[in-house]
Amino acid sequence: MSSAQHKPATTTTIQAINMALDEAMRLDPEVILLGEDVGDEQEGGVCGVTKGLSTKYGKSRVRTTPISEQAIVGAAIGAAIAGMRPVAEIMLMNFTAVAMDMIVNHAAKLRFMSGGQTHVPLTIRTMTGAGFGTGGQHSDYLEAWFAHTAGIKVVAPSSPAESYGLMLSCIFDDDPCLFIENMPTYWTPGASPDLGKRIPLGKANVVLPGSDVTLISYSRAVSDCIAVAKTFANQGVSAEVIDLRTISPLDMDTVLTSVMRTRRAVVVHEAVKPFGVGAEIAARLHEGLFGDLAAPVQRVGAYYCAVPFSKKLEMEFIPTHARIEAAVRATLG
Amino acid sequence: MTDTTIPSCATLVEIYRRMALIKLNDERFRAVIKAGKIVAVYYSPRGQEVIPSAVSVNLNDEDSICTIYRGIHDMLAKGVPVKLLWAEIAGKATGTCKGKGGPMHITHPATGVMVTTGIVGSSMPIANGFALAAQLRGQKRVAVAYFGDGASNIGAFHESLNMAAIWKLPVIFVCQNNLYGEHTRYELTTSARRISDRAASYQMPGVTVDGNDPLAMYSAANEAVARARSGGGPTLIEALTFRFQGHVFGDMDAYMMEGEKEAALSRDPVPTFRAWLIQNEQASEIQLAAMESEIEREIDAAVDFALSSPEPDLAELRQDIFATEVRA
Repeated sequence: MSSAQHKPATTTTIQAINMALDEAMRLDPEVILLGEDVGDEQEGGVCGVTKGLSTKYGKSRVRTTPISEQAIVGAAIGAAIAGMRPVAEIMLMNFTAVAMDMIVNHAAKLRFMSGGQTHVPLTIRTMTGAGFGTGGQHSDYLEAWFAHTAGIKVVAPSSPAESYGLMLSCIFDDDPCLFIENMPTYWTPGASPDLGKRIPLGKANVVLPGSDVTLISYSRAVSDCIAVAKTFANQGVSAEVIDLRTISPLDMDTVLTSVMRTRRAVVVHEAVKPFGVGAEIAARLHEGLFGDLAAPVQRVGAYYCAVPFSKKLEMEFIPTHARIEAAVRATLG
Repeated sequence: MTDTTIPSCATLVEIYRRMALIKLNDERFRAVIKAGKIVAVYYSPRGQEVIPSAVSVNLNDEDSICTIYRGIHDMLAKGVPVKLLWAEIAGKATGTCKGKGGPMHITHPATGVMVTTGIVGSSMPIANGFALAAQLRGQKRVAVAYFGDGASNIGAFHESLNMAAIWKLPVIFVCQNNLYGEHTRYELTTSARRISDRAASYQMPGVTVDGNDPLAMYSAANEAVARARSGGGPTLIEALTFRFQGHVFGDMDAYMMEGEKEAALSRDPVPTFRAWLIQNEQASEIQLAAMESEIEREIDAAVDFALSSPEPDLAELRQDIFATEVRA
């Protein structure tokens, strides 16, 4: 997409990521894409995120791969150490489990284990999220696994424009990045990104300022937090909403600054609650602000079970507005 | 010795030099561990000297290798400076990886030792990536993945061979079949009569060679490297060999078949090749003895360097996690 084109009023996440990949490939011939079905002969990915790119940049740079997650990530790691900037697509986040050795034992650790001699500027794109009735092996949020591994950045955008800016930063970052896309909101339009504008990694964003309680979230749950904040605004409670953008490295400065002011915090994510990102943030808030907190930090996550199939169960599995509201009320006392 | 592609006299002597370096280095290393001067879990490559020595004389510094925890021979044969290797194994700040990788993760990009993995089967997927980068950039570089017989039963082996074949990647898969995966014999774990038979599934040339025969090994490697460099795609080489020190140094080897190890030791490839070089007038006793003395001196210096080097600073615990240090 050239900068001469006019900026549309809205853009979907699919379009935004496609634009970011296009921009990165245009800027740098060392950017390559690898993944299942990514070429145009295969319809540009199962949801069409890479549509048009193999036609524009060629099949050598936009490489449709076998269904071989270890080989995909392994090839991307080798090419990245050699100095390229590969973007490897692991179609669904649950499939990262198949490539865990490559991601955790290799991509994340090679810089450290080599004493800084080799680095892995690799981006792994993967999509997930409940709400599509795909059950227990196609829609998990597994970010805590990766955030618990030193050496890989974990990024989870909350909107089309965020997806664009963060994707560009991941591709041109000198470390491996896991980029988590929420599939059920792929087609939801949002404000269009500014072409070429990158959003820095490791910096959280205060999306809604407030003074009574801080809602901390990322990915799709950010929009749920905004909706709940608006409900509370009508009741005279001012909620601040923080979009972490990057889960690891975690921008605790922004979170602490906010909670120091509001003295109340609720962490919301779609991953199961036990041992999740919310536990880490709650622990750090208690370490840093124990005496200043007006109430214990609350966590809202998914139930401790596999993603269920039945619509009724699936809709209750993910953090509902009612559960987020109850957590906020628990902090208000 | 077989009579296939006979390398030049200089190449033959160079193969021997690398073999002697691996053998003498291994002997010294075991002595230093036994003396308690260095504490390390050590996967001795003794007995497998021929394979990387005969492969590496076909490679240059720009060619990459990805190797595994039993890989000191692969690294030395590729040219990693001995003193940097020793300092790394001793966990010192002066090591190849500042003491942060250790013997299972030696990395030395200047000589093309790009990744050393402690995970069975994981050298292959990454070697494909180096080959892919070379192919995309139009460079005439090749990548070698070293691995053991046990690794041919892990999924990554099959994924990697398939991908390398469909993309015609300039990569050589070198399986060092020492007949045991950890403590379990080949026949109990591997359905293929020969690992090289598996190449046929991927429409790739596959060959089994005597990995203790420098001429056969050289010939197979030379052909595979030439094929990869000229755009002909990957090759699987199965090199038959035997490990003299078991799985990990200190093993009792009780799981081995009776007499098997003794028989292998009696066919030690290093003195065998040394005698062959002299007998066939490729080198003289004086020349080889001088070469070995020089290697011993290099190892002496490396041991002194490693033992006298400083340990890493504790600040290293916060460095090289990301490109720039972050608070976590």
